[in-house]
Amino acid sequence: MNKFYYDFHIHSCLSPCADDDMTAGNIAGMAFLKGLDIIALTDHNTLGNCPPFFNACEREGLIPVAGVELTTAEEIHIVCLFENLEDGVGFEDFITPHRSKIPNFPDIYGEQLLLGDDDSVSGKHPYLLSDATDLTLEAACRGALKHGGIVFPAHIERPAGGILGVLGFLPDELPFGIVEINSRNFPPDTKTNPALKAALPRNFCLKNSDAHRLWEINEAYKINYVNCIELPAERGDREAARRELFRLLRKTKKPEKL
Amino acid sequence: MNVGELSHICGFENVSLERPEKQIKTAYAGDLLSWVMARAGEGSAWLTIMTNTNVLAVAELNDISCVIICEGAELQKGFAETAALRKINVLRSESPVYETALKLGNLLNQK
Repeated sequence: MNKFYYDFHIHSCLSPCADDDMTAGNIAGMAFLKGLDIIALTDHNTLGNCPPFFNACEREGLIPVAGVELTTAEEIHIVCLFENLEDGVGFEDFITPHRSKIPNFPDIYGEQLLLGDDDSVSGKHPYLLSDATDLTLEAACRGALKHGGIVFPAHIERPAGGILGVLGFLPDELPFGIVEINSRNFPPDTKTNPALKAALPRNFCLKNSDAHRLWEINEAYKINYVNCIELPAERGDREAARRELFRLLRKTKKPEKL
Repeated sequence: MNVGELSHICGFENVSLERPEKQIKTAYAGDLLSWVMARAGEGSAWLTIMTNTNVLAVAELNDISCVIICEGAELQKGFAETAALRKINVLRSESPVYETALKLGNLLNQK
């Protein structure tokens, strides 16, 4: 078993709320400097910047994961991760007709920059990406599973966009026993939140940064292996590490009902 | 006023009306279930646009007299069936939350 430091929730400049210098090259470079091994790109409702992100990670020797932070019709934020870039691209096609058609106003929401290689700007996404899709939680999970993905609810400690705030407790629709806590809020205060107290010990808990700015990306070696995962793979074998990661996440069991 | 009377007077759709005799004591409007769980009183009519099955669990937990789905919101898979199975009253109004609440408020004040 080897330790791999991760961050599975990072936004690029394609997310309106993220800094414009969250380019693929900058994210991969910063993750390398921070000692991370596996990182996922998870923009709001799109995987549009995943291809240049894969190239940038390749250059830094990191293991890239294609992902998306999807806002469901109930306004729950879920993270979907895909083992291969191709599966992620397939999921992008699945989401596209379900996004809202509200135009983005960059002055208010921020720019939504699509990247080419070498961090050049290749275009701007016209519609506001952070708005809710019309996919229900059930439909979104079903779609992600169909495209070979894994799903977990994002930042469940947060009242806004967190699944516990919206639905009160974890619903049956979730296909895996995985939850995410923002690494900066870990360990969360469960005294005033019984739903969080019930959910945490019964699920595999990932600690991701939800970085919108470069300095927010997770850091290795810092806080008691909090964002570290043990995988039966050699450190140099990136394909094996990614395969083992998804094997581990897929076999998390849905907790029994209370 | 009971749930059967309310539905009849307002012309709501009866998604599930297994216990029409339940009395409506007060009302609550909201969509974030964590808020509703902590705040909606027993015997409330609950106005919402959420149709995830967790709505039914919260309705049961808080002993809600009826859930009123507003603005004709589409019911998620299994919602109506689970409501009938658990004998939870669910009505559906074509009007938005505010207009539905006004109707309900006028009726509750008359009684």
